[in-house]
Amino acid sequence: MLSFIGRSVIQKTITLFFVSIVSFLIIHLAPGKPSQVNPMNPKFTPEILERFQKEFHLDKPLYVQYLYFYRDLFTGKTVSWKDNQSVLLKIWERFLNSLPLFIVGTLITWTLSFPVGIRSAIHRGGIYDRTATFLSYLLISIPGFFFAYILIIFVVNHFHVPVIGMETFGITNASIAHMIMDRIWHLLLPSVLGATGGIAILSRYVRSQMLEVEGQDYIRTAKAKGLTPDQVHYKHAFRNALLPFVTMFGLILPGLIGGSVIIETIFSWPGMGRMAYEAILARDYPVILTVNFVSAALVLAGTFVSDLLYLVVDPRIRL
Amino acid sequence: MNHAEKHIDASDYIEAPLAPKRTRLQAFGRMLKQNRLAALGFFIFVLFFLCAVTGLILTSGTKPLFNPAMVRLEEKLRPPLSKPNLKALRPDQVPVLNVYLMGTDDLGRDVFARMLQGAWVSLTVGFVAVGISVFIGIFMGGIAGYFGQHHIKTIHILFCLCLIGGIGLIWINAASAGTALLLLCLSSIVFLLSARDKLPEKARPVWKGILLGNAVSVDTLIMRIVDIMLCFPSFFLILTVVALLPASIYNIMIVIGLTSWMGTTRFVRAEFLSLREQDFVAAAKALGIGNFRIIFRHIMPNAVAPVLVSATIGIATAILTEAGLSFLGFGVPPPHATWGNILSDGKNFIFDAPWLTFIPGIAILIVVLSFNLFGEGLRDILNPKLRERH
Repeated sequence: MLSFIGRSVIQKTITLFFVSIVSFLIIHLAPGKPSQVNPMNPKFTPEILERFQKEFHLDKPLYVQYLYFYRDLFTGKTVSWKDNQSVLLKIWERFLNSLPLFIVGTLITWTLSFPVGIRSAIHRGGIYDRTATFLSYLLISIPGFFFAYILIIFVVNHFHVPVIGMETFGITNASIAHMIMDRIWHLLLPSVLGATGGIAILSRYVRSQMLEVEGQDYIRTAKAKGLTPDQVHYKHAFRNALLPFVTMFGLILPGLIGGSVIIETIFSWPGMGRMAYEAILARDYPVILTVNFVSAALVLAGTFVSDLLYLVVDPRIRL
Repeated sequence: MNHAEKHIDASDYIEAPLAPKRTRLQAFGRMLKQNRLAALGFFIFVLFFLCAVTGLILTSGTKPLFNPAMVRLEEKLRPPLSKPNLKALRPDQVPVLNVYLMGTDDLGRDVFARMLQGAWVSLTVGFVAVGISVFIGIFMGGIAGYFGQHHIKTIHILFCLCLIGGIGLIWINAASAGTALLLLCLSSIVFLLSARDKLPEKARPVWKGILLGNAVSVDTLIMRIVDIMLCFPSFFLILTVVALLPASIYNIMIVIGLTSWMGTTRFVRAEFLSLREQDFVAAAKALGIGNFRIIFRHIMPNAVAPVLVSATIGIATAILTEAGLSFLGFGVPPPHATWGNILSDGKNFIFDAPWLTFIPGIAILIVVLSFNLFGEGLRDILNPKLRERH
């Protein structure tokens, strides 16, 4: 167990190191320079350009820049080239904005896909199962931005509520209940959109897991004992089918920082995804690299957690 | 009884061919008939393919039949199936069928012509991107699976590092350091050639032992590369690269292809690992058949099923990704229409001209759905567990 943890930590650190090199190279070897962002700006004189390059070590060779960047990152001193703010602080702010979206989206995904998946597994081949299958393909295939506009038209026309942004602009002296409702309405659409793909994929996965377990011998035994179908399905089958999903808690970790660029852009939601998008447009390399690094670290941490959870949950695995 | 007699009859004619008489194509057609959703997907896919090809022919050239770039400012935002106002237009501005099949956009351009033009973009992006990713995937997965147990020597790694570093340094105008590294690289070749003197292991000096020792196996190396690639948030990475590179459709195809080969690599490696140990490979080796012939003629056809499935679904994903990029304003430069940027232009008129949002949106939905359904159907068709024995 301990040796497994040690080995995978070392392995993941090495992977992370290479990720940092690759992402740094991709960004810096791409054509164009950050100092060329705004050549038409009259304030951007050659002297300022030179100062800018000196300030951010852009005149040094690439490997020195790499060392400088990651030294700054680990000491928490990285600043954005655009507004000179601390990158980690910026990310933290935006992360707090994205967090409610993530939490609500994950809750919707997990609470909806289990009942749907279990029901279609129990009524396999029936009309419900086929409808659910088709719907899940539909949800996987629909472009997020198109679906967003359909939902916006629908909600705005039928409920007459504003949906863009985090809250209605200028809403300050309304009652508390009104403000809470306002926030909920604004939160609902983007998180539903964030959840659609997840619901479709997860419910299919639940279905296939349930089907696998329902074919086992102990389910036949349980049925033969004369247990009620509910007991068979939920007590015997479902508990065993649940195993792989426990480990999936680790895999949703990267979603924390992902934040959909497209959905946040459509809803003007000031979250992580949009910050990354704006950073790309402004060639704000420190922000891009930090977001990339943090999300890679989260992916690795997620797989690590899910491996550990497998160890804890599944008694058949012993190292 | 009848059944038993038949059985005996069949065993009497042992020379008669026992293989199923259906060709693969016939079996495929049969399976499509049984899986109606997959058949629907396949049908739409063929239809889309024809649309894209005819669209390319009809909308390109100097005097195209449907001109997607023709601006008619008098005819802005006309709803679908509306007749053009003939008095306001010059003769060459009148649409071909004398009707705006899908309406016009905010510059009075014919949406039908633009959709035709965009179909080709979606098709090529899907196929080229997936082609690239499948090619890399099969190559890497094949090497990892087939030659995985071979080891790479430390000197090889040093050689590659020097080569890449040297070229890189020369490229960024550090010629002296770059040349030095390239010379080091040359010297390592010389060292490798000179080290062929079959000295017994013990007689080597320590530094030679380290240089010629095994560092990592090929399999480990490739799988670690896959792990590294999987760490990147894919849409964000694609967005970054596409935003930094000059806007062109080819860049999008290449970038999507280069960031989506990891799944294929894993499938192919897993298949190769199990197939490599099979008897028919041993037989082929005993016959003295070369490695590459074994890989491509004997193993590959058996390993191709999961690749096909993931490629079909990969096309759907690539089309969605391209549409998303176009929607954000990256990718194909503006006068050229893609489904993503028609939708992105139309979103400003969503309440006045909803067809500008719905037509491209539904088109993308249908095409992606057809690829997904066909891919899932293919998974069932190619799954030997579900295949009927005839």
